[in-house]
Amino acid sequence: MNALHKVLEAFFSPYYFRLALPDVWAGFQLNVKMMIVAEALVLCFALGLAIVRGLPGRAAAPLRGLAIVYTDFFRGTPLILVVFLVGFGIPALQLRVISGLSFFAYGVIALTLVYTAYVTEVYRAGIESVHQSQRMAARSLGLSYMQAMRYVVVPQAVRRVVPPLLNDFIGLQKDTALVTVIGVAEAAQQAQNFSTTWANFTSYMVAATFFILLTIPLARFTDHLIAKRELKERATAG
Amino acid sequence: MSFVSIQSVTKSFGENTVLRDIDLQVELHNVVCLIGASGSGKSTLLRCINVLEKVDAGEIVVDGETITNGKVDVNALRRKIGIVFQAYNLFPHMTVLQNVTLAPRKSRGFPKAQAEARARELLERIGLSDKAGEYPDRLSGGQQQRVAIARALAMEPKLMLLDEITSALDPQLVSEVLELVRELAKSGMTMIIATHEMSFAREVADHVCFLDAGVILEEGPPEQIFSAPTEPRTREFLGRVLEAGRM
Repeated sequence: MNALHKVLEAFFSPYYFRLALPDVWAGFQLNVKMMIVAEALVLCFALGLAIVRGLPGRAAAPLRGLAIVYTDFFRGTPLILVVFLVGFGIPALQLRVISGLSFFAYGVIALTLVYTAYVTEVYRAGIESVHQSQRMAARSLGLSYMQAMRYVVVPQAVRRVVPPLLNDFIGLQKDTALVTVIGVAEAAQQAQNFSTTWANFTSYMVAATFFILLTIPLARFTDHLIAKRELKERATAG
Repeated sequence: MSFVSIQSVTKSFGENTVLRDIDLQVELHNVVCLIGASGSGKSTLLRCINVLEKVDAGEIVVDGETITNGKVDVNALRRKIGIVFQAYNLFPHMTVLQNVTLAPRKSRGFPKAQAEARARELLERIGLSDKAGEYPDRLSGGQQQRVAIARALAMEPKLMLLDEITSALDPQLVSEVLELVRELAKSGMTMIIATHEMSFAREVADHVCFLDAGVILEEGPPEQIFSAPTEPRTREFLGRVLEAGRM
């Protein structure tokens, strides 16, 4: 009984929950901002990279190669290392502009670099899932390769990859907390500061609660999209 | 010079030679039907004519332009050659009207209003004006195929290639599509048609080619091919078609 009491007091104390709430909430707003900016950037860069990876012909081989190297590197490197590399490495270069950014910006850059690699693969799977005959039909009407991609292939591909895309974004949301290691005053950082000051861990539960509350609607929305698609596919198959 | 001139065209996919030394001339306003078993090379020949496939050897000239030397602007060429596929290949994320106006707008640069006015005329002509706002999955196969024909016609092509366009259709939907092709033939459209509909070929074709294993084994006016074929393989093929009740 004593042990349970200790656990409740250390992690679930209503008193400390209320006390930690304002600081952690302030920090969590930074997580949300990082997430929104990074997601927007990832959506654009990843689509560009996916299209580059699919370019036909020998002339595009070097570009395709670069895109492959990029995705291999950033998919294979743990995010926390990229955060260190960007957050501490770039300021140390002492270059103009780029070395003088805020830690918030470095956090966004690191998240964007890594998640662009993941999302490129998601887009690529989507592009490849659009049947060859669609491309052929578009090209046969006199549309160029890029026009066929833009008006026929990519719109269909994007619709198909929305659920896996949302899954990756759930990952990104949570990974914004890793940026704490370079000193961004986001939710995890605030929670840690609080727990050191008050020798109580409830602040971490506050941060966890925020992340969970943000994730659940997105997860349910993803489920809903998948269910809707399945229903539609069954209807058209008949 | 013929409108389409095909000389000694050969095409292989790996080890598999699908076209051997094909020669064919198509005059302006003529309809040529390609018949033969599946896999005889009809579709590949059509795809070579609008450079969806590259030939390995030989020459194809369309409208005075050599298209097989690698220098041709394929996008410009395809604007004057319409092709319709067996599986319709409509764009599922676009409405009927958007399907028909996409290429005129983006490839030929027509303003939206003009492209739409023209598209509505075409939809009227194929009897689907009321479906302009529908998505393809709400249409029957026959309706989808008619839209695919309208989509090709919207580019105002000088030549139409029809690749077994009724083969995927339920039997009761075939006639509405064939009726449209019949009209096209009457309007003087130059067409090369790969088909399994023998009585239709006999009716609309000026010239019929029987393909067998990548070779034009026999060709001539429809009466000759269907009533008095000289090659045993042609007779055998037509005999089997007759047995299957498709004549």
